[in-house]
Amino acid sequence: MLTFIIRRLLWTVLVMFVITVVVFVIFFKTPGVDPARAIAGRNPSALVLQEIRAQFGLDKPLPVQYADMMKSLFVTRDLVSYSNQGVKVVPEIAAATPATLSLVFGAALIWVVMSIAVGVAAALLRGTVFDPLLMVVALIGISAPVFWLGQVANLITQGTLHDTFLFSWVPPLGYNPFTQDPWLWFKGLIIPWITLSILYIGFYGRVLRANILETQNEDFVRTARAKGISERRVLLRHTLRTSMITFVSLFGLDFGALVAGGALLVEVVFAIHGVGYLTYQALGNLDLPTIMATVVYGAFFIVLVNAVVDIAYAWLDPRIRPT
Amino acid sequence: MTGEPLLEVRDLKVSFRTEDGLVQAVDGVSLSLSQGETLGIVGESGSGKSVTMMSVMRLISDPNARFEGEVLYKGRDLMTLKAEQIREIRGTGIAMIFQDPMTSLNPVYRVGWQITEQIRAHENVSKQAARARAIELLAAVGIPQAAERVDNYPHEFSGGMRQRVMIAMAVSCNPDILIADEPTTALDVTIQAQILSLLRKLKDEFGTAVVLITHDMGVVADMADRIAVMYAGRIVEQGSRREVFYDAQHPYTWGLLGSIARLDRPKPRRLATIPGQPPSLLRLPEGCAFGDRCAHRFELCDERPPLLNRVDGNHLDACHLEPKQKKELRETTIHPELIETAE
Amino acid sequence: MATLLEQVDAGAGQQSGVVGRNPWALAARRLRRNRIALAALGLFLLIVVMCLAAPLYAEHVAHVNPFPPNLNGHTVVNGKVVPVMQQGGGTLHLGETPIGPTWDPGHYFLGGDGVGRDVAALLLYGGRSSLLVGIGSAILCCIAATVVALIAGFFGGTVDALLSRLMDIIWAFPVYLLAISLSTELLTHSNGFQFGPVHVSASSLWTPTVIIAVIYVPYVYRPIRGQVLSVVNKEFVEASIAQGAGNVRLIFSEILPNVVSTVIVLLPLMVATTILTESALSFLSVGVQPPNVSWGTIIQDGSALLYTRPWVSIAPGIMILLTVLSLNVFGDGVRDALDPRAKLRLEG
Repeated sequence: MLTFIIRRLLWTVLVMFVITVVVFVIFFKTPGVDPARAIAGRNPSALVLQEIRAQFGLDKPLPVQYADMMKSLFVTRDLVSYSNQGVKVVPEIAAATPATLSLVFGAALIWVVMSIAVGVAAALLRGTVFDPLLMVVALIGISAPVFWLGQVANLITQGTLHDTFLFSWVPPLGYNPFTQDPWLWFKGLIIPWITLSILYIGFYGRVLRANILETQNEDFVRTARAKGISERRVLLRHTLRTSMITFVSLFGLDFGALVAGGALLVEVVFAIHGVGYLTYQALGNLDLPTIMATVVYGAFFIVLVNAVVDIAYAWLDPRIRPT
Repeated sequence: MTGEPLLEVRDLKVSFRTEDGLVQAVDGVSLSLSQGETLGIVGESGSGKSVTMMSVMRLISDPNARFEGEVLYKGRDLMTLKAEQIREIRGTGIAMIFQDPMTSLNPVYRVGWQITEQIRAHENVSKQAARARAIELLAAVGIPQAAERVDNYPHEFSGGMRQRVMIAMAVSCNPDILIADEPTTALDVTIQAQILSLLRKLKDEFGTAVVLITHDMGVVADMADRIAVMYAGRIVEQGSRREVFYDAQHPYTWGLLGSIARLDRPKPRRLATIPGQPPSLLRLPEGCAFGDRCAHRFELCDERPPLLNRVDGNHLDACHLEPKQKKELRETTIHPELIETAE
Repeated sequence: MATLLEQVDAGAGQQSGVVGRNPWALAARRLRRNRIALAALGLFLLIVVMCLAAPLYAEHVAHVNPFPPNLNGHTVVNGKVVPVMQQGGGTLHLGETPIGPTWDPGHYFLGGDGVGRDVAALLLYGGRSSLLVGIGSAILCCIAATVVALIAGFFGGTVDALLSRLMDIIWAFPVYLLAISLSTELLTHSNGFQFGPVHVSASSLWTPTVIIAVIYVPYVYRPIRGQVLSVVNKEFVEASIAQGAGNVRLIFSEILPNVVSTVIVLLPLMVATTILTESALSFLSVGVQPPNVSWGTIIQDGSALLYTRPWVSIAPGIMILLTVLSLNVFGDGVRDALDPRAKLRLEG
């Protein structure tokens, strides 16, 4: 098992390296794209361009630029933003991380609990009207664009019904740090949490239901019943335990992707200044170092989570453990 | 055997609603099993033998299934019991082992855990006591180093070993009846013999009644006290082992017997085969279900299905042919080389 | 593993004289019986037709050209002529607010947007872009993924390892971030690209189409490769090789047909996914570019008007919801039809 883990982590490092190279190439060396021009703004003169190149080290050979950038990104962590003069990118990302983590963790908690409830309920209620009903609701959940849902939520909670008792407690859009005011932090995140989790409840609810129904037909579930075990135990210890294997690995991937910046749509709509929001702003300004830094950190996180998921999967399913 | 039968199936009918219509999987099957007796149920795929015994244990959870008839176990009709009551009987009264031990054991739990789960579901024993018993059981079924292997996962055992684990698990609560659904079909021939002898040993030691379901006459030749031959959801012949093997009445049984290669007779030029395929259970014919494939069919066979009639004692069969005709036709049907040598 | 009923039913269909039914015909029959899936397909086609008819609506019903700003325009409400942009909007009553929904198909049915354009007409035109990009990228993606999966699965060994690793790396990028990065980069080419004799303008719909197709290739690649691998190992392929079939013939006549059903199941679901992705990218202004509009861009345009003229943002969202929902339901139906276990699925 140990060699498996080590090999997996080594592979992770390799992938990360390739990712940094790819990102670098995309942003700094796409033919026709001149970073100096992007920094300079409108109608730069040749002299200005030259100065910029010198200042940002854009006139050095490619591998050197890459090495420099990697150094300033990871080691010295003094990579500087192109658009916000003098602002260091890495600390900026670090400051934005708590907002993203708060958003994603809270939503994840809600969606895991709710989707298990929905999936199990739908499987148990199969044959009654509730099963298709739950599935329709789940389908609607996955069919609505999440940013639009957020806007509708805002319309209702900040606009139309804001003055009623229903939503008057909803604070204005934005993130309130936990350390400053926990209660406000919580109130400000409820609506974003619900918005973000709707999509995933729909998706995971359906996946879990399908998995449960499939697993119930497995031979070992039949054996478990033949042993005279209670239906509830069969469901929890045999059916669900097996169905959760897929659930957990999918969850890991989605969670990783969200923290890595996939939550940016929700962050933008609710004005939560997390890593995703940062990326979005950087895009608007074509602030390439910031974009690159956020993408790289995001990809790193995902690759790391993938490795963790692989390991967890091996733990969950003894069959795939290398002996 | 003496006394009341342990298990009595009375006119069991099982059907499934499908997209294409109603599938009559079991069409009026009646069986009985006495204490300590071994009943062999022989039939090909689709004959309804598995569905019959799974219905006895109420293991069919398909919402489209319909059941009729009675299944009396120690006097109680299992078909009418509530879920909790059936649950009590499963494992302690009637236990079942299945065809494919790889998929029949839960892959993510250790085998010891799976055995103790069954024990502790029915008896109030401590974890350690249950575990000790699991180790004993594994040793009893012939698993070497049982004390270590009790913590192994199913995929760490070979096919034959897995089936032994299943048997250990099934007998862990001393059931009165053990149903073995094609226990050796998925295994190599050499392992088959081992498993069968293990079943026999357990039967002798604990006096368990056994229902052995198979498509292979050779499997029941040694072990079964009585044999029921099933075809298209019905029993076509039923009797003691001797009666079915030496005094077979039904052409289908002849076909099954004929397809066994015998070492004690001259080598035939060809083995007798039963031509054709079993009928679709969606559209059973009006007359005898075996009619299409029977070499001795006549008009009555197409008109109405033969009922089980008594040949002698407990020997029953369902065929329209007269007893005298059956005697005449039997030898040549089973051993067609006799016709050839006679020419 | 065959379910109990499948074993029991092994006899069915084997009666003498039964004509063997080809699995595609069986699947089509199952699909035809699935009324909900058919209704969903109908809804989707209805939306497609509506959007294709955008020019007809714009010209003959609403009598507008919805693309240029219309700040000083007028329209008719209840017989009266009113300006499209009304004074006195906002909390200080100093801004301009476009007209709200009139619910009159001929005149600004859903109201005006921030620059006075007819939202209803824009909605239909936006649908064309969204559907074109969505369907186009899904098809491109599936074709590319199938080709790569066929090559990887068929040739195995290092080829497979390399290609799968490549796919892993692409997939390691958070999907949306990769799309945004690529889009941002490509959009800085304000003069478009030159691929040999072909010139693609920067605002062409091809840009988001190709980008979205590329980012989802690893996602589609995985199941198809799994299917290719399981087919490649089957005996009938070995038999074909024993008969002397060459590689190309093997791929096209033995392996591909068995993989096609997987692709067919994936296709509606991928279109649903790509439409959602396109709308998100367009909302962030890195998808469909002006002068084209898509449902996503309209939602973006409506953001500023969210609390005063909510319909500008709500309507396109509803269109996306209905389109994606119908595709998901239909996709489920297709999957059920091609899945043999569906034979037993009579609820209740």
